[in-house]
Amino acid sequence: MSKTIEEINEKIKSGKALVLNAEEIIEYAAENGVKKTAKNVDIVTTATFGPMCSSGAFLNFGHSDPPIRMTKTWLNDVPAYSGIAAVDAYIGATELSETEGMAYGGANVIVDLIDKKPVKLRAISYGTDCYPRREIETFITIENLNQAYLFNPRNAYQNYAAAANSSKKTIYTYMGKLLPNLGNVTYCSAGQLSPLLNDPYYRTIGIGTRIFLAGAEGYVVWHGTQHNPGRTRLANGTPEGPAGTIAVIGDLKKMDTRYLRAANFYKYGVSLYVGIGIPIPVIDEEMVEFLCIKDEDIYTEIYDYSVQRRNRPSYGKINYKQLRSGVIELKGKKVLTGSLSSYSKAIEIAELLKSCINNKKFYLTGHVSQIPLEQQLNALNVLSEDEL
Amino acid sequence: MITKRLVLTFPEKIVTKPITYRLVKDFDLQFNILRAEITTDIEGKILIEVKGEKNSIEAGIKYLLNEGITIQDAAKDIIIDKEKCINCGICPSLCITKALIMDSKTHELVFEKNKCILCGFCENCCPVNAIRLNI
Repeated sequence: MSKTIEEINEKIKSGKALVLNAEEIIEYAAENGVKKTAKNVDIVTTATFGPMCSSGAFLNFGHSDPPIRMTKTWLNDVPAYSGIAAVDAYIGATELSETEGMAYGGANVIVDLIDKKPVKLRAISYGTDCYPRREIETFITIENLNQAYLFNPRNAYQNYAAAANSSKKTIYTYMGKLLPNLGNVTYCSAGQLSPLLNDPYYRTIGIGTRIFLAGAEGYVVWHGTQHNPGRTRLANGTPEGPAGTIAVIGDLKKMDTRYLRAANFYKYGVSLYVGIGIPIPVIDEEMVEFLCIKDEDIYTEIYDYSVQRRNRPSYGKINYKQLRSGVIELKGKKVLTGSLSSYSKAIEIAELLKSCINNKKFYLTGHVSQIPLEQQLNALNVLSEDEL
Repeated sequence: MITKRLVLTFPEKIVTKPITYRLVKDFDLQFNILRAEITTDIEGKILIEVKGEKNSIEAGIKYLLNEGITIQDAAKDIIIDKEKCINCGICPSLCITKALIMDSKTHELVFEKNKCILCGFCENCCPVNAIRLNI
């Protein structure tokens, strides 16, 4: 028994689709069995809300009079990349303000734009015959931009490594504040709700998949940077560490700062909390098996972030049920755990997506192409041209 | 008699000195050690509540400063801005008295103020600046 996306969309249209979130499906399948679940349930909504550094937005400012070919551009003193066409720029989430440092960055600019706040635009140029202006300073809001779209090269990591600190000093990392002598452990995944952990072999999530992106409709456009599907996997298909990733796109003008938040990590820098919801069509029984994944079946590895090397020592594997309990045992000691990814926000997004589908406001798309199942992850080595 | 809550930071070289003993013996101060941590950043940190005559407390503080101890007034209050909070769950990992915990049903942050000893470890850990310490 298998279902097509078209059949599922027909059911949405007639109001007969049964939609559950990735937490509800666990119990439903336990009560009804895989066969019946595959028959009855049409869609499972998955979601995540975590800091995703590899994020940013493309903006088009429109032309000034006389026009300028912007070569260097700042938004609220945060540099934006404008080495593309005359008035296009990319504001990266982690870029820091040249006046406020870590207290304000690209993520804050993006959020201020969505909140319709005025943003100071400054740009300089060398001037050309066709673009004579050499400098501009003005204020913009998102409403006067021609286009503003979020284009995140790497989001929704399929699992992520947990962090601890064995040194004698508190360290401040992108995994948060880590206390000395293994004083705490931090982790970052929506676990059983996470999109790519519910579709571990990317059977349904691929290029062209329509998603919920920060309050608006978005799309998966490519596999994400650092996509590493070859990571060791458990029998249930889930990888034991950071594996697959996706690149996503969506209209910033339609986004909501309830689902897109700037993050300022003390002594580390700026990042962007991105809310992503992905509906997974229950196409067959195999899909049900994947969707039933529970926190206790998903494992990750704890690494020592005080070792400032590419390969950090590991303290072994642990599952998300243990991590989410708030306390784990590490080297014979009870250690408090903390999550960077918000489970409550992920549930909220999964529920919102469910209600959009139930209200016939969101239809599913099949992917037009799969994201790779085989790809090697390269490291950067310092080499001379001859050594390549 | 007055009461003061102080955070004392001991440099590594004097961690072994009987400082608190001297406070009792020489300055007639009563105190409660609410929290002690001698591993963080190779320094010793203790949170104490001192009770005594105003003059004695002042003299005691002077003695501590002379010994090379840094003194800060302890936080009077920790305020969680529920509007800003995204319930990520990072701050409970820094709260050793479990005043900050995640509710296992709602997955939302619960702050039990009566368990908080105002150590201030949670300061600077919040990615959305939802935690404020009133000093």
